[in-house]
Amino acid sequence: MANVIEGLYYSESHEYVKVDGEFGYVGITDFAQEQLGNVVYVDMPEEGDEVEAGSEFGAVESVKAASDLISPVSGEVVEINTALEDEPELVNKDAFANWIIKVKLSDASELDNLMSAADYRAFSSK
Amino acid sequence: MKQTCLYDRHVKLGAKMVPFGGFEMPIQYTDITDEHQAVRQACGVFDVSHMGEVLVEGAEAEKFVQHIFTNDVSGAPVGKIFYGMMLHPHGGTIDDLLVYKMGDEKFFLVINAANIDKDYAWISRQAEQFDVQTENQSDSYGQLAVQGPEAEKVVEEVLALSCRELEFYTFKLIEAEGETLIVSRTGYTGEDGFEIYGSHAYIQAAWDRLIESKQAKPCGLGCRDTLRFEVGLPLYGDELSDEISPIMAGLGMFVKLDKEEFVGKEAVARQKAEGVQQKLIGIELEGRAIPRHGYEVVADDKVIGSVTTGYCSISTGKSVCMALVDTAYAKLDTPVQVRIHRKLQPGKVVKKRFYQKHYKK
Repeated sequence: MANVIEGLYYSESHEYVKVDGEFGYVGITDFAQEQLGNVVYVDMPEEGDEVEAGSEFGAVESVKAASDLISPVSGEVVEINTALEDEPELVNKDAFANWIIKVKLSDASELDNLMSAADYRAFSSK
Repeated sequence: MKQTCLYDRHVKLGAKMVPFGGFEMPIQYTDITDEHQAVRQACGVFDVSHMGEVLVEGAEAEKFVQHIFTNDVSGAPVGKIFYGMMLHPHGGTIDDLLVYKMGDEKFFLVINAANIDKDYAWISRQAEQFDVQTENQSDSYGQLAVQGPEAEKVVEEVLALSCRELEFYTFKLIEAEGETLIVSRTGYTGEDGFEIYGSHAYIQAAWDRLIESKQAKPCGLGCRDTLRFEVGLPLYGDELSDEISPIMAGLGMFVKLDKEEFVGKEAVARQKAEGVQQKLIGIELEGRAIPRHGYEVVADDKVIGSVTTGYCSISTGKSVCMALVDTAYAKLDTPVQVRIHRKLQPGKVVKKRFYQKHYKK
Protein backbone atom coordinates (compact mmCIF):
# COMPACT_ATOMS: atom_id res chain seq x y z
CA MET A 1 0.00 0.00 0.00
CA ALA A 2 1.41 3.34 -1.04
CA ASN A 3 2.39 5.80 1.65
CA VAL A 4 0.37 9.02 2.07
CA ILE A 5 1.70 11.71 4.43
CA GLU A 6 -0.53 13.89 6.59
CA GLY A 7 -0.36 17.64 6.21
CA LEU A 8 0.52 17.69 2.49
CA TYR A 9 -1.76 18.79 -0.37
CA TYR A 10 -2.47 16.33 -3.18
CA SER A 11 -3.58 16.65 -6.82
CA GLU A 12 -5.61 14.24 -8.96
CA SER A 13 -2.59 13.85 -11.24
CA HIS A 14 -0.65 12.48 -8.24
CA GLU A 15 1.60 15.40 -7.34
CA TYR A 16 1.95 16.70 -3.80
CA VAL A 17 2.76 20.11 -2.31
CA LYS A 18 4.51 20.43 1.01
CA VAL A 19 3.98 23.98 2.18
CA ASP A 20 6.75 25.78 4.07
CA GLY A 21 5.83 29.42 4.67
CA GLU A 22 5.52 31.16 1.31
CA PHE A 23 7.13 28.21 -0.49
CA GLY A 24 5.78 24.89 -1.72
CA TYR A 25 7.85 21.78 -2.45
CA VAL A 26 6.29 19.88 -5.36
CA GLY A 27 6.93 16.23 -6.15
CA ILE A 28 5.13 13.04 -7.16
CA THR A 29 3.39 10.83 -4.62
CA ASP A 30 4.52 7.41 -3.49
CA PHE A 31 1.51 6.00 -5.33
CA ALA A 32 2.70 7.66 -8.56
CA GLN A 33 6.25 6.33 -8.28
CA GLU A 34 4.88 2.83 -7.64
CA GLN A 35 2.76 3.04 -10.77
CA LEU A 36 5.66 4.33 -12.87
CA GLY A 37 8.27 1.80 -11.82
CA ASN A 38 11.96 2.64 -11.99
CA VAL A 39 12.38 6.34 -12.71
CA VAL A 40 15.29 6.83 -15.11
CA TYR A 41 14.98 10.53 -15.87
CA VAL A 42 13.29 13.60 -14.42
CA ASP A 43 12.77 16.52 -16.77
CA MET A 44 12.70 19.73 -14.70
CA PRO A 45 12.16 23.41 -15.45
CA GLU A 46 14.89 25.93 -14.69
CA GLU A 47 15.17 28.21 -11.70
CA GLY A 48 13.32 31.40 -12.44
CA ASP A 49 10.71 29.71 -14.66
CA GLU A 50 7.06 30.36 -13.82
CA VAL A 51 4.78 27.39 -13.28
CA GLU A 52 1.01 27.55 -13.41
CA ALA A 53 -1.49 25.43 -11.52
CA GLY A 54 -2.87 22.76 -13.86
CA SER A 55 -0.07 23.15 -16.40
CA GLU A 56 2.76 20.82 -17.30
CA PHE A 57 6.18 21.72 -15.90
CA GLY A 58 8.28 18.65 -16.71
CA ALA A 59 8.14 14.89 -16.88
CA VAL A 60 9.14 11.78 -14.98
CA GLU A 61 10.26 8.94 -17.17
CA SER A 62 10.44 5.21 -16.65
CA VAL A 63 12.25 2.89 -19.05
CA LYS A 64 9.16 2.62 -21.19
CA ALA A 65 7.24 5.88 -20.91
CA ALA A 66 7.27 9.57 -20.07
CA SER A 67 4.58 11.00 -17.75
CA ASP A 68 3.94 14.70 -17.65
CA LEU A 69 4.28 16.54 -14.37
CA ILE A 70 1.36 18.88 -13.71
CA SER A 71 1.95 21.68 -11.24
CA PRO A 72 -0.63 21.80 -8.44
CA VAL A 73 0.28 25.42 -7.70
CA SER A 74 1.35 28.62 -9.47
CA GLY A 75 4.48 30.63 -8.86
CA GLU A 76 8.16 31.03 -9.56
CA VAL A 77 10.51 28.05 -9.44
CA VAL A 78 13.12 29.13 -6.90
CA GLU A 79 14.98 25.83 -6.73
CA ILE A 80 15.09 22.51 -8.51
CA ASN A 81 16.21 19.27 -6.90
CA THR A 82 19.52 18.87 -8.74
CA ALA A 83 20.20 15.56 -6.97
CA LEU A 84 17.64 14.03 -9.34
CA GLU A 85 19.77 14.92 -12.36
CA ASP A 86 22.27 12.20 -11.48
CA GLU A 87 20.07 9.99 -9.30
CA PRO A 88 16.51 10.04 -10.66
CA GLU A 89 15.93 6.76 -8.79
CA LEU A 90 15.77 8.76 -5.54
CA VAL A 91 12.13 9.37 -6.48
CA ASN A 92 11.53 5.63 -6.11
CA LYS A 93 13.44 5.42 -2.83
CA ASP A 94 11.43 8.17 -1.13
CA ALA A 95 9.08 10.21 -3.28
CA PHE A 96 8.12 12.56 -0.44
CA ALA A 97 11.69 13.34 0.65
CA ASN A 98 12.78 13.87 -2.93
CA TRP A 99 10.70 16.78 -4.10
CA ILE A 100 11.23 18.00 -7.67
CA ILE A 101 10.75 21.78 -7.60
CA LYS A 102 10.46 24.45 -4.91
CA VAL A 103 7.92 27.11 -5.86
CA LYS A 104 7.35 30.58 -4.40
CA LEU A 105 3.56 30.42 -4.16
CA SER A 106 1.83 33.28 -5.94
CA ASP A 107 -1.68 32.35 -4.80
CA ALA A 108 -1.99 30.34 -1.59
CA SER A 109 -5.74 30.00 -2.12
CA GLU A 110 -4.98 27.46 -4.89
CA LEU A 111 -4.21 24.99 -2.10
CA ASP A 112 -7.94 24.89 -1.35
CA ASN A 113 -8.47 23.11 -4.68
CA LEU A 114 -6.22 20.23 -3.66
CA MET A 115 -6.97 17.10 -1.64
CA SER A 116 -6.09 16.36 1.96
CA ALA A 117 -4.16 13.21 2.86
CA ALA A 118 -7.41 11.42 3.80
CA ASP A 119 -9.11 12.42 0.55
CA TYR A 120 -6.07 11.43 -1.53
CA ARG A 121 -5.81 8.07 0.23
CA ALA A 122 -9.40 7.37 -0.78
CA PHE A 123 -8.85 8.77 -4.29
CA SER A 124 -5.74 6.71 -5.05
CA SER A 125 -7.16 3.44 -3.72
CA LYS A 126 -10.17 3.61 -6.04
CA MET B 1 -8.26 -8.22 -28.71
CA LYS B 2 -6.71 -11.69 -29.06
CA GLN B 3 -5.01 -13.61 -26.27
CA THR B 4 -2.19 -16.14 -26.51
CA CYS B 5 -2.42 -19.61 -25.00
CA LEU B 6 -0.41 -18.33 -22.01
CA TYR B 7 -2.69 -15.38 -21.18
CA ASP B 8 -4.04 -16.84 -17.91
CA ARG B 9 -0.51 -17.64 -16.77
CA HIS B 10 0.64 -14.05 -17.36
CA VAL B 11 -2.25 -12.68 -15.36
CA LYS B 12 -1.58 -15.15 -12.54
CA LEU B 13 2.07 -14.06 -12.43
CA GLY B 14 0.87 -10.46 -12.00
CA ALA B 15 2.06 -9.21 -15.39
CA LYS B 16 1.06 -5.78 -16.59
CA MET B 17 -0.87 -6.51 -19.81
CA VAL B 18 -0.91 -4.15 -22.80
CA PRO B 19 -2.23 -4.33 -26.35
CA PHE B 20 0.43 -5.25 -28.91
CA GLY B 21 -0.12 -6.30 -32.50
CA GLY B 22 -3.77 -7.12 -31.83
CA PHE B 23 -2.94 -9.26 -28.76
CA GLU B 24 -3.08 -8.61 -25.05
CA MET B 25 0.55 -9.19 -24.10
CA PRO B 26 2.63 -8.92 -20.91
CA ILE B 27 4.84 -5.84 -21.01
CA GLN B 28 6.52 -6.72 -17.72
CA TYR B 29 6.09 -9.10 -14.80
CA THR B 30 8.18 -7.26 -12.24
CA ASP B 31 10.50 -4.69 -13.73
CA ILE B 32 11.84 -4.13 -17.25
CA THR B 33 15.40 -3.56 -16.03
CA ASP B 34 15.53 -6.79 -13.97
CA GLU B 35 14.06 -8.79 -16.84
CA HIS B 36 16.52 -7.21 -19.29
CA GLN B 37 19.48 -8.10 -17.06
CA ALA B 38 18.23 -11.67 -16.60
CA VAL B 39 18.48 -12.18 -20.37
CA ARG B 40 21.89 -10.50 -20.64
CA GLN B 41 23.33 -12.42 -17.70
CA ALA B 42 21.43 -15.70 -17.32
CA CYS B 43 18.17 -16.78 -18.95
CA GLY B 44 14.74 -15.37 -19.66
CA VAL B 45 11.63 -16.85 -21.28
CA PHE B 46 9.24 -14.86 -23.48
CA ASP B 47 5.78 -15.74 -24.69
CA VAL B 48 6.00 -14.97 -28.40
CA SER B 49 2.93 -16.95 -29.36
CA HIS B 50 1.52 -13.82 -30.97
CA MET B 51 3.95 -14.24 -33.87
CA GLY B 52 2.38 -15.50 -37.10
CA GLU B 53 3.29 -18.68 -38.97
CA VAL B 54 2.60 -19.44 -42.63
CA LEU B 55 3.40 -22.77 -44.29
CA VAL B 56 4.30 -22.76 -47.99
CA GLU B 57 4.33 -26.10 -49.79
CA GLY B 58 4.41 -27.27 -53.37
CA ALA B 59 6.50 -27.92 -56.44
CA GLU B 60 7.27 -24.21 -56.85
CA ALA B 61 7.68 -23.43 -53.14
CA GLU B 62 11.29 -22.31 -53.50
CA LYS B 63 10.58 -20.24 -56.59
CA PHE B 64 7.68 -18.61 -54.76
CA VAL B 65 9.71 -17.79 -51.64
CA GLN B 66 12.44 -16.33 -53.86
CA HIS B 67 9.75 -14.16 -55.47
CA ILE B 68 8.32 -12.64 -52.27
CA PHE B 69 11.47 -12.60 -50.09
CA THR B 70 14.57 -10.40 -50.33
CA ASN B 71 17.11 -12.94 -49.07
CA ASP B 72 18.34 -15.86 -51.19
CA VAL B 73 17.16 -19.32 -50.10
CA SER B 74 18.23 -21.12 -53.28
CA GLY B 75 20.16 -24.33 -52.76
CA ALA B 76 20.06 -24.02 -48.97
CA PRO B 77 20.19 -27.16 -46.86
CA VAL B 78 17.08 -28.28 -44.98
CA GLY B 79 17.27 -26.86 -41.45
CA LYS B 80 18.59 -23.45 -42.46
CA ILE B 81 16.85 -20.18 -41.48
CA PHE B 82 16.98 -16.87 -43.32
CA TYR B 83 16.11 -13.36 -42.18
CA GLY B 84 14.79 -10.93 -44.77
CA MET B 85 11.83 -8.86 -45.91
CA MET B 86 8.79 -8.93 -48.14
CA LEU B 87 8.65 -5.72 -50.15
CA HIS B 88 6.09 -3.68 -51.98
CA PRO B 89 6.91 -3.04 -55.63
CA HIS B 90 7.93 0.51 -54.58
CA GLY B 91 10.51 -0.88 -52.15
CA GLY B 92 8.69 -0.17 -48.88
CA THR B 93 8.59 -3.07 -46.43
CA ILE B 94 5.45 -5.21 -46.03
CA ASP B 95 7.10 -7.12 -43.18
CA ASP B 96 10.39 -8.55 -41.97
CA LEU B 97 10.35 -12.27 -41.37
CA LEU B 98 12.20 -15.52 -40.86
CA VAL B 99 12.06 -18.27 -43.47
CA TYR B 100 12.70 -21.84 -42.26
CA LYS B 101 13.63 -24.31 -44.99
CA MET B 102 11.80 -27.50 -44.00
CA GLY B 103 12.19 -29.39 -47.25
CA ASP B 104 12.93 -28.84 -50.92
CA GLU B 105 9.25 -28.02 -51.42
CA LYS B 106 8.36 -26.79 -47.95
CA PHE B 107 9.06 -23.48 -46.20
CA PHE B 108 7.82 -22.07 -42.89
CA LEU B 109 7.46 -18.29 -42.65
CA VAL B 110 7.44 -16.50 -39.29
CA ILE B 111 5.87 -13.04 -39.48
CA ASN B 112 5.00 -10.19 -37.12
CA ALA B 113 1.76 -10.41 -35.13
CA ALA B 114 0.53 -6.97 -36.19
CA ASN B 115 0.97 -7.89 -39.86
CA ILE B 116 -0.55 -11.37 -39.99
CA ASP B 117 -3.68 -10.37 -41.93
CA LYS B 118 -1.86 -7.99 -44.27
CA ASP B 119 0.94 -10.48 -44.92
CA TYR B 120 -1.29 -13.47 -45.48
CA ALA B 121 -3.46 -11.52 -47.92
CA TRP B 122 -0.33 -10.53 -49.82
CA ILE B 123 1.17 -14.02 -49.73
CA SER B 124 -2.10 -15.58 -50.94
CA ARG B 125 -2.42 -13.15 -53.80
CA GLN B 126 1.17 -13.67 -54.94
CA ALA B 127 0.78 -17.45 -54.62
CA GLU B 128 -1.89 -17.52 -57.33
CA GLN B 129 0.81 -17.36 -59.99
CA PHE B 130 2.72 -20.34 -58.55
CA ASP B 131 2.23 -24.04 -58.03
CA VAL B 132 2.11 -23.75 -54.22
CA GLN B 133 -0.32 -24.08 -51.34
CA THR B 134 -0.16 -21.67 -48.44
CA GLU B 135 -1.66 -22.07 -45.00
CA ASN B 136 -1.93 -19.50 -42.23
CA GLN B 137 -1.10 -21.62 -39.15
CA SER B 138 -0.81 -18.67 -36.75
CA ASP B 139 -3.67 -19.82 -34.53
CA SER B 140 -2.40 -23.37 -34.10
CA TYR B 141 1.10 -22.58 -32.85
CA GLY B 142 2.28 -21.34 -29.50
CA GLN B 143 5.85 -20.11 -29.30
CA LEU B 144 8.43 -19.56 -26.58
CA ALA B 145 11.73 -17.71 -26.84
CA VAL B 146 14.29 -18.89 -24.29
CA GLN B 147 17.11 -16.35 -24.36
CA GLY B 148 20.38 -15.65 -22.59
CA PRO B 149 23.82 -17.16 -22.00
CA GLU B 150 22.25 -20.02 -20.01
CA ALA B 151 19.50 -20.72 -22.54
CA GLU B 152 21.18 -23.82 -23.98
CA LYS B 153 21.55 -25.40 -20.55
CA VAL B 154 17.95 -24.54 -19.63
CA VAL B 155 16.42 -25.93 -22.84
CA GLU B 156 18.51 -29.10 -22.54
CA GLU B 157 17.91 -29.69 -18.84
CA VAL B 158 14.51 -28.25 -18.01
CA LEU B 159 12.73 -29.01 -21.28
CA ALA B 160 14.84 -32.08 -22.14
CA LEU B 161 15.17 -30.90 -25.73
CA SER B 162 18.54 -31.60 -27.28
CA CYS B 163 19.60 -28.36 -28.91
CA ARG B 164 23.33 -28.13 -28.21
CA GLU B 165 24.42 -29.00 -31.72
CA LEU B 166 22.16 -26.45 -33.41
CA GLU B 167 24.11 -23.68 -35.09
CA PHE B 168 22.97 -20.07 -35.14
CA TYR B 169 20.05 -19.62 -37.55
CA THR B 170 19.35 -23.34 -37.94
CA PHE B 171 16.50 -25.47 -36.60
CA LYS B 172 15.42 -29.05 -36.20
CA LEU B 173 12.21 -30.95 -35.62
CA ILE B 174 12.01 -32.73 -32.30
CA GLU B 175 9.43 -35.38 -31.36
CA ALA B 176 8.20 -34.70 -27.83
CA GLU B 177 4.96 -35.34 -25.93
CA GLY B 178 3.44 -36.93 -29.02
CA GLU B 179 3.97 -34.02 -31.34
CA THR B 180 6.60 -32.48 -33.60
CA LEU B 181 8.20 -29.32 -32.26
CA ILE B 182 10.24 -26.82 -34.23
CA VAL B 183 13.31 -25.73 -32.25
CA SER B 184 15.63 -23.08 -33.66
CA ARG B 185 18.71 -21.22 -32.47
CA THR B 186 17.28 -17.77 -33.05
CA GLY B 187 16.01 -14.81 -31.08
CA TYR B 188 15.56 -11.09 -30.86
CA THR B 189 17.72 -10.12 -27.91
CA GLY B 190 21.35 -10.13 -29.11
CA GLU B 191 22.04 -13.09 -26.82
CA ASP B 192 22.28 -16.80 -27.53
CA GLY B 193 18.90 -18.47 -27.38
CA PHE B 194 16.23 -20.67 -28.82
CA GLU B 195 12.72 -20.39 -30.16
CA ILE B 196 10.34 -23.30 -29.73
CA TYR B 197 7.13 -23.75 -31.74
CA GLY B 198 4.51 -26.26 -30.65
CA SER B 199 0.84 -26.84 -29.89
CA HIS B 200 -0.83 -24.65 -27.28
CA ALA B 201 -0.85 -27.61 -24.87
CA TYR B 202 2.88 -28.21 -25.28
CA ILE B 203 3.75 -24.52 -24.96
CA GLN B 204 1.66 -24.22 -21.78
CA ALA B 205 3.35 -27.24 -20.21
CA ALA B 206 6.82 -26.07 -21.27
CA TRP B 207 6.16 -22.59 -19.86
CA ASP B 208 5.06 -24.07 -16.53
CA ARG B 209 8.17 -26.24 -16.35
CA LEU B 210 10.46 -23.28 -17.09
CA ILE B 211 8.81 -21.01 -14.53
CA GLU B 212 8.73 -23.74 -11.84
CA SER B 213 12.42 -24.52 -12.43
CA LYS B 214 13.26 -20.89 -11.59
CA GLN B 215 16.04 -21.19 -14.18
CA ALA B 216 14.26 -18.94 -16.69
CA LYS B 217 12.83 -15.61 -15.60
CA PRO B 218 9.49 -14.67 -17.22
CA CYS B 219 10.22 -11.66 -19.43
CA GLY B 220 7.78 -9.26 -21.06
CA LEU B 221 7.69 -7.30 -24.28
CA GLY B 222 9.15 -4.27 -22.47
CA CYS B 223 12.57 -5.83 -22.13
CA ARG B 224 12.23 -7.61 -25.47
CA ASP B 225 12.20 -4.10 -26.95
CA THR B 226 15.10 -2.73 -24.88
CA LEU B 227 17.16 -5.85 -25.65
CA ARG B 228 16.61 -5.81 -29.40
CA PHE B 229 17.09 -2.05 -29.55
CA GLU B 230 20.47 -2.10 -27.81
CA VAL B 231 21.92 -4.44 -30.41
CA GLY B 232 20.43 -2.47 -33.31
CA LEU B 233 17.74 -4.97 -34.39
CA PRO B 234 14.79 -3.33 -36.18
CA LEU B 235 11.16 -3.51 -35.09
CA TYR B 236 8.56 -3.39 -37.82
CA GLY B 237 6.53 -0.22 -37.29
CA ASP B 238 9.56 1.66 -35.93
CA GLU B 239 12.61 1.04 -38.12
CA LEU B 240 10.81 -0.66 -41.01
CA SER B 241 7.39 0.16 -42.46
CA ASP B 242 5.38 0.28 -45.65
CA GLU B 243 7.36 3.44 -46.42
CA ILE B 244 10.77 2.46 -45.03
CA SER B 245 12.81 0.13 -47.25
CA PRO B 246 15.52 -2.18 -45.93
CA ILE B 247 18.08 -0.03 -47.78
CA MET B 248 16.98 3.06 -45.83
CA ALA B 249 17.14 1.00 -42.63
CA GLY B 250 20.70 -0.14 -43.34
CA LEU B 251 19.62 -3.76 -43.84
CA GLY B 252 20.94 -4.11 -47.40
CA MET B 253 22.86 -7.26 -46.46
CA PHE B 254 19.52 -9.11 -46.31
CA VAL B 255 18.52 -7.93 -49.80
CA LYS B 256 20.17 -10.06 -52.47
CA LEU B 257 20.20 -7.96 -55.61
CA ASP B 258 22.03 -10.70 -57.51
CA LYS B 259 18.86 -12.82 -57.35
CA GLU B 260 17.06 -13.12 -60.66
CA GLU B 261 13.92 -11.42 -59.39
CA PHE B 262 11.82 -10.57 -56.35
CA VAL B 263 9.02 -8.10 -55.70
CA GLY B 264 10.54 -4.67 -55.11
CA LYS B 265 13.92 -5.54 -56.64
CA GLU B 266 13.96 -2.68 -59.18
CA ALA B 267 13.07 -0.12 -56.53
CA VAL B 268 15.69 -1.21 -53.99
CA ALA B 269 18.33 -1.66 -56.71
CA ARG B 270 17.70 1.95 -57.71
CA GLN B 271 17.94 3.07 -54.08
CA LYS B 272 21.23 1.26 -53.69
CA ALA B 273 22.65 2.70 -56.92
CA GLU B 274 21.41 6.27 -56.56
CA GLY B 275 21.40 6.50 -52.77
CA VAL B 276 18.43 7.10 -50.47
CA GLN B 277 17.07 10.39 -49.20
CA GLN B 278 16.66 9.18 -45.65
CA LYS B 279 18.76 6.80 -43.64
CA LEU B 280 18.47 5.10 -40.29
CA ILE B 281 21.20 6.22 -37.89
CA GLY B 282 22.14 5.87 -34.25
CA ILE B 283 22.32 8.96 -32.01
CA GLU B 284 23.99 9.25 -28.64
CA LEU B 285 22.93 12.20 -26.49
CA GLU B 286 25.20 14.04 -24.09
CA GLY B 287 22.63 14.30 -21.30
CA ARG B 288 20.16 11.90 -19.73
CA ALA B 289 16.95 13.11 -21.39
CA ILE B 290 15.33 10.20 -23.19
CA PRO B 291 14.55 10.36 -26.92
CA ARG B 292 11.37 8.50 -27.82
CA HIS B 293 9.57 7.37 -30.97
CA GLY B 294 8.39 10.32 -33.04
CA TYR B 295 10.54 13.02 -31.43
CA GLU B 296 12.08 15.49 -33.91
CA VAL B 297 15.75 15.33 -34.86
CA VAL B 298 17.20 18.77 -35.60
CA ALA B 299 20.40 20.01 -37.22
CA ASP B 300 21.33 23.38 -38.74
CA ASP B 301 18.14 24.77 -37.17
CA LYS B 302 15.85 22.55 -39.21
CA VAL B 303 14.05 19.28 -38.66
CA ILE B 304 16.03 16.54 -40.43
CA GLY B 305 14.09 13.49 -39.29
CA SER B 306 12.56 11.70 -36.33
CA VAL B 307 13.38 9.15 -33.67
CA THR B 308 12.25 5.57 -34.40
CA THR B 309 13.17 4.00 -31.03
CA GLY B 310 15.02 5.45 -28.05
CA TYR B 311 15.90 4.57 -24.47
CA CYS B 312 18.27 5.20 -21.68
CA SER B 313 20.24 2.06 -22.57
CA ILE B 314 19.99 -0.40 -19.68
CA SER B 315 23.38 -1.98 -20.41
CA THR B 316 25.35 1.24 -20.93
CA GLY B 317 23.30 3.88 -19.07
CA LYS B 318 23.47 6.25 -22.04
CA SER B 319 20.56 8.02 -23.71
CA VAL B 320 20.55 6.68 -27.24
CA CYS B 321 18.15 6.26 -30.14
CA MET B 322 17.72 5.15 -33.68
CA ALA B 323 16.36 7.80 -36.03
CA LEU B 324 15.44 8.16 -39.66
CA VAL B 325 17.11 11.33 -41.00
CA ASP B 326 18.13 13.12 -44.18
CA THR B 327 21.08 11.25 -45.62
CA ALA B 328 23.18 14.45 -45.59
CA TYR B 329 23.33 14.13 -41.79
CA ALA B 330 23.92 10.39 -41.54
CA LYS B 331 27.72 10.39 -41.26
CA LEU B 332 29.26 9.21 -37.98
CA ASP B 333 30.03 12.00 -35.48
CA THR B 334 27.73 14.52 -37.18
CA PRO B 335 26.34 16.81 -34.44
CA VAL B 336 22.54 16.56 -34.20
CA GLN B 337 19.92 17.48 -31.61
CA VAL B 338 16.74 15.78 -30.45
CA ARG B 339 13.77 17.85 -29.27
CA ILE B 340 12.73 16.42 -25.91
CA HIS B 341 10.05 18.20 -23.84
CA ARG B 342 10.55 21.39 -25.90
CA LYS B 343 14.30 21.52 -25.28
CA LEU B 344 16.92 20.64 -27.87
CA GLN B 345 19.28 18.03 -26.48
CA PRO B 346 22.72 17.83 -28.13
CA GLY B 347 24.16 14.58 -29.40
CA LYS B 348 26.02 13.02 -32.29
CA VAL B 349 25.58 10.31 -34.90
CA VAL B 350 26.94 6.94 -33.77
CA LYS B 351 26.68 3.33 -34.95
CA LYS B 352 23.26 1.76 -34.50
CA ARG B 353 24.67 -0.98 -32.32
CA PHE B 354 24.77 0.35 -28.76
CA TYR B 355 25.74 -2.98 -27.20
CA GLN B 356 27.70 -5.90 -28.61
CA LYS B 357 25.77 -9.05 -29.57
CA HIS B 358 26.71 -12.33 -27.91
CA TYR B 359 25.56 -14.95 -30.36
CA LYS B 360 26.95 -18.46 -30.24
CA LYS B 361 28.01 -19.24 -33.76
